[in-house]
Amino acid sequence: MSPAPRPGAGAGGAGGAPAPGAGYPWGHLLGRGPRSPRAGEPRFADTARASLGQSAARTSRATAAAEQRADRRAGRRAEPDWAGLRRAATAVRERALADLERHLTEFEKRAEAAGTRVHWARDAAEAGRIVARVAAGTGARDAVRSSSATAGELRLDAHLLRAGITVHETAVADLIAGLAHEPPESESRTVRRHDRAGARAVLARRLPGAATDLRADPGALVAVAREYLRETLLEAGTAITGANALVAETGSVVAMETEGNVRMGAAMPRALITVAGIDKVVPAWADIAVLARVWARSATGAAQAPVVSTWTGPVEGDGPDEVHVVLVDAGRSATLGDPVGRQALRCIQCTACLDVCPVFERTGAAPYGSVHAGPIGAALAPQLRGTASAREASLPFASTLCGACAEVCPVGVDIPEILLELRARVVDERRANAVPTPEALAAQSAEWVMAEERRFARAQRAGSRWARLLARSGRLRRLPGLLGRWTEARDFPVPPAESFRAWWARRRRALLLGAAIRPPRAGPGASAQRPPAEKPTAPPNPMEGGPPLADPGDGREGGTP
Amino acid sequence: MRIGLFVACLTDTLFPGTARATVRVLERLGYDVVFPREQTCCGQAHHTSGYRREAAALAGRFASVFARCDLVVTPSASCAAMVRTGYPRLAERERRLARVPRVLELSEFLVDVAGVTDVGATFPHRVTYHPTCQSLRALKVGDRPLRLLRAVRGLELAELPAAEECCGFGGTFAWKNADTSVAIVADKVRHIGETGAEVVCAVDDACLTQISGAMSRLRGGVRTLHLAEILASDTGEVPR
Repeated sequence: MSPAPRPGAGAGGAGGAPAPGAGYPWGHLLGRGPRSPRAGEPRFADTARASLGQSAARTSRATAAAEQRADRRAGRRAEPDWAGLRRAATAVRERALADLERHLTEFEKRAEAAGTRVHWARDAAEAGRIVARVAAGTGARDAVRSSSATAGELRLDAHLLRAGITVHETAVADLIAGLAHEPPESESRTVRRHDRAGARAVLARRLPGAATDLRADPGALVAVAREYLRETLLEAGTAITGANALVAETGSVVAMETEGNVRMGAAMPRALITVAGIDKVVPAWADIAVLARVWARSATGAAQAPVVSTWTGPVEGDGPDEVHVVLVDAGRSATLGDPVGRQALRCIQCTACLDVCPVFERTGAAPYGSVHAGPIGAALAPQLRGTASAREASLPFASTLCGACAEVCPVGVDIPEILLELRARVVDERRANAVPTPEALAAQSAEWVMAEERRFARAQRAGSRWARLLARSGRLRRLPGLLGRWTEARDFPVPPAESFRAWWARRRRALLLGAAIRPPRAGPGASAQRPPAEKPTAPPNPMEGGPPLADPGDGREGGTP
Repeated sequence: MRIGLFVACLTDTLFPGTARATVRVLERLGYDVVFPREQTCCGQAHHTSGYRREAAALAGRFASVFARCDLVVTPSASCAAMVRTGYPRLAERERRLARVPRVLELSEFLVDVAGVTDVGATFPHRVTYHPTCQSLRALKVGDRPLRLLRAVRGLELAELPAAEECCGFGGTFAWKNADTSVAIVADKVRHIGETGAEVVCAVDDACLTQISGAMSRLRGGVRTLHLAEILASDTGEVPR
């Protein structure tokens, strides 16, 4: 299948219209109306609340994350020069993205020459139509899919189902998740949400051919899944895979995995379809040498992926008769146009950032609402899909900006920097509204107060007075309005009567007068909260069960019994 | 050398003891610090919440307030990180950010500029240390706070499990994603409990607000203190 007409395509890229993306091979993919906003989907925080309540899943996620962190740490330590390798991998990805147009054109040329049919898809719907058409052409009703973030992102299974094609998952964790009717996690490999007992229950109950007395040990579980998956793989007419990379110089596909289902899937069925984002192309095999290394170290900690498959078009009498590659834009070229956000496209989907994220570890993938979960998901999904929906607009804020993700990223993506950029974008979009949000009013008022030290000092005094009126046993148990979410589960400190700046001014006056510092005159409500500043403190006496330390007279309360 | 003290708006208002302790430590070492009273806020909260216009205005104000200082010391690691890593991102919006004084977090100042780890403190208590994300990853203070703590007389340092994990505060994250924020701090509080420490300390009052807020509600019995308050103590008491 030849690609759709591509105005502005070609090595020179001297395109006609000065539209964004003009000159790119996928230039025609742009500017055909807005990406469909999915308004009404819940914000991250709303879905997270439910996820946080699933204690078994949280425990198993935390355990798995801790194991993965340890494995990867060991893997990075085993590298003689991890920092150098990381710089090299970053450079490889940057070089590829900087000249994407040329590499895509080259890939298409080489792949077609090798007998691969290259398709271009602007969005999920177009990719779905292409894949469904190819799958239907095999005459078989069944297709197998190996876990592919892009296939998940595009919701290909749903497109295929509408075309009468049933898609079977071939990664064991995805198979179990599918049988349990759970939405697929972004990267099942790292997210072992099912403990052995849970996996056993799902397989015994739902997997055709599984014995009801199936043992809950990994060997037995994998064996029964393998038996079933082999049958499925042998019968399917179409295999759908993702790709870790596309190599332009030979028009080849590279897929790295841990289970071997991609390898078998790519070998058995009649038609092999690889669905890959346009960001996946790299110029040369030398790049793969670097990427394969950092991917393995960052995905599992090992020196190499257990299974690396590569293919370059169909081979007469061996394997699939048809080999297809669907190059998907779905928001990537727009992302590439953003000077800060584009680095998210360096991602090689190793999932290292997921396992160090304090947020992802607690909430899991569900609140992110797509296969792009965890820190990189929060940085990428709002770029690919826009920030029109409540969910996508909330994703950049679903982070503490702790920076652990950027620290482990093997291709140097500064995820917190992207999130900050996206936060500013969301805020600026809301500024365009006629009615400001309560948050915007609060932020603007705070800035107005802080713009003048007298206003700030006045606000400190007023706030402290109110807080001390509302305090119960030296702490605030309930904050009003927008601030109230804090005190649902946490106390808030009571500001002492005298701020630091007030103390400093008093000390300066005292020094100037050459007199001793006098305690401040207690304001209304202050007397019970704070002893005079100079009163000597009682020595700590833990034996009496009192507080171990003297109260410094601050708002900070550390758990006085 | 003119050394300015930036106390951070949160510390100024809620934890003046931290700032007083900072002054006490610096003066004990012979440094005469100035407190430009025009100072308010570094703009961090606005910046991390997406309000760049407001953040840039406050950042510009910070730069001009401290323009006459050769060096600025602050007990707030996240504010120091805002100035060092956030301000360059706002520089194109605000001309006053063309010149920003060097800002050091207290432990950086003590170890790197003053060249001391023993500041003459006495604090005979079991203490654990939480390395805050901004001090650890943005400022890269490394083990400076621990070196300072190890030199405190009588202090018994307890290692915090999973120390480098975030406390879950994250500025407005603590409100916008309150449930997740609490889920994260719950584990932090559990780890602190495991140390058997009487006191948990850090180099940022914002993170300590989160940790103490959760522990206070649980009546956890562990006290939160800023590193400066321990370093200022020469009697084993927390000074005023």
